[in-house]
Amino acid sequence: MIEQLLFWVFAILTCGAAVAVVATQNVVRMAFWLIVSLGSVSALFFLLHADFLGAAQLLIYVGGTVVLLVFGVMLTASGSSVRIKTSPAEAFVGAGVGLLLLSVLLFSVTSVEWDDLESRLPTRNLSPAAIDSQREASSDADVAAAGSSVAGPAREAQAALAARTQAGRTVRQLGLGFLGLRPDQDLNRPEGEGLSSGYLLPFEIVSIHLLVVLVGAAYLARAKRRVVAGASADL
Amino acid sequence: MNGPLAALTIQQFLADQLASYGSPDRAEFIGLIAFVLAGLVHATLLISLFAVLPMVYIWMERKVAGRIQDRLGPTRVGGKFGWLQTLADGIKLIQKEDLIPASADAMIFRMSPYLATIASFAAFMVLPIADGWVGVASECGAFLILALMSLEVFGIILAGYSSGSKWALFGAMREAAQMVSYEIPMAICALIPLVIAGSLNLQVIGQMQSGGAWNWFVFHDPFAFIAFFCYFVVATASVKRAPFDLAEAESELVAGFHTEYSGFRWSIFFLAEYASMFAVSGIAVLLFLGGWETGLGFPEAMLSGIRGVGQDVPIEGFVLGNYIANIFAAKVFILKASLLVFVQIWVRWTLPRLRIDQVMTTCLKYLVPISCCLFLGAVFWPLLLASSGLERPILFGRALVPPAVASAVGGVQSRVAIGSQVGSAVATADREGTR
Repeated sequence: MIEQLLFWVFAILTCGAAVAVVATQNVVRMAFWLIVSLGSVSALFFLLHADFLGAAQLLIYVGGTVVLLVFGVMLTASGSSVRIKTSPAEAFVGAGVGLLLLSVLLFSVTSVEWDDLESRLPTRNLSPAAIDSQREASSDADVAAAGSSVAGPAREAQAALAARTQAGRTVRQLGLGFLGLRPDQDLNRPEGEGLSSGYLLPFEIVSIHLLVVLVGAAYLARAKRRVVAGASADL
Repeated sequence: MNGPLAALTIQQFLADQLASYGSPDRAEFIGLIAFVLAGLVHATLLISLFAVLPMVYIWMERKVAGRIQDRLGPTRVGGKFGWLQTLADGIKLIQKEDLIPASADAMIFRMSPYLATIASFAAFMVLPIADGWVGVASECGAFLILALMSLEVFGIILAGYSSGSKWALFGAMREAAQMVSYEIPMAICALIPLVIAGSLNLQVIGQMQSGGAWNWFVFHDPFAFIAFFCYFVVATASVKRAPFDLAEAESELVAGFHTEYSGFRWSIFFLAEYASMFAVSGIAVLLFLGGWETGLGFPEAMLSGIRGVGQDVPIEGFVLGNYIANIFAAKVFILKASLLVFVQIWVRWTLPRLRIDQVMTTCLKYLVPISCCLFLGAVFWPLLLASSGLERPILFGRALVPPAVASAVGGVQSRVAIGSQVGSAVATADREGTR
């Protein structure tokens, strides 16, 4: 119930702030609304127990807005009342692209079979017995002691609690999948089909590319000092 | 966002207590009330920590500054040592007129102090102050706290921009440049203990350093030792403390980004600053200095003796011994972090402020290469030790990673024999799973 409430709060914040980004004409206020919108998206990720994704959203997207903000401040520092005006053609193209994206999203949302998907979610499949065996396997003495002495609805509450405590643990799966260990896909696969590949090599290639771009940008943007032949730079 | 939340236990307790008063068909409503009450209790605890620590630190700042400048500092309010000086200052600040300049962007001007404070407070939510005492026990807590700490700069930039003053704007742009550059060495330095631990969970990192001071990650290898000091310098810069406080350089920029602020808004900027000092010091303590452990043999043995004693003593599901041990551990943690805050204050009143180009040079030409070298060294150090006849991955202390790991991954019982690198990741993940 409270999660539903929080979901609606953050969903409305996300959409409202996104509309405000478009509707505002001051660059810095746009950046502010963008922070609100992206931050609310990360809050939605946290509500979905995707901690790592939420933190990455905060660090990369919300943090990346700093640079946008700095540019905005630099562009409009001469007066805070500088407005951005869009021509009708730009508005038309923008609205067209937005509508196309909306139709794609609506199409993919409606084509998902949600009932089928829900039954495949790992946390929904945990029965109270499975939770108890997990509890015993883990040396969580005090909770297990409390759990074994109760039965019926209390045990279901314990199971719900355990499911909730297990739900946020995505880092392990992410890291193992990154290295190519996909037990959810590879364990029951017949011999000779090969295992699923990791993402380490593509990740490294992309990282090196980004590094090259960074070094190149720093080289292009560096302050060019005029070197006079024979005179040493005394700075 | 869950894990072994303390809130869940109090919530359970409250739900059981309330259930005896209400009829069983209203169980959901009772559960909701218990959830909200438990959340309020924990939020109040965290907010009081967030508010009281800066009060103490501001008093400490004034005392230390006074002593360093051969004065006494505050002496009157609240007895001989001026304990209540900060409170008196706060009351004075709240009474002041709330000014908004005519050229300011009023909405952002009003909003930005809260933005800075919220970012600073958010870091407190993921900072474990004792074994199991944490607002949000996230599995990637270290990553999350670094992400949250980096949001404080928004408040500063927006404050500087919206003030409509060129001094404030200069301060904000300096802060932006400084923050964007200093985040790189900060993340790399923080990565070194994370690589040693093989985990992003701050609680697991704290637990791994238990036992004695030689288990602290700062003594793990020479690179981690230097990385601690590197991290501390960068952390001082990232909370814009002197000698890196270019954002408010009062000798050049009147008061920098908060030139136009006064009264309550001004005071919560400072609340956020001092709280952030504690937060970065707390991260340093957790990552390098053994977290909530004293590092001494006798107190730790005593505490581990207490843990587990008194099962279900006042109420069911509550362990009295753990609670007492955790109170002690929280005090140790806050004391350690406060010592680091003291060092930041001491440095502020001892060293002159750098120029902005010197600040940028320090970061980009020195701290970034140094931290990269330290990171490389820390990664290769275990390999060097393992190949050098010692045949163990660390020099002293206990080995953190068992050689062979049998693990249950993703709920599927399977034995995966893997290389040592993967093994360490799985081992840590397993240890997290069993906690």
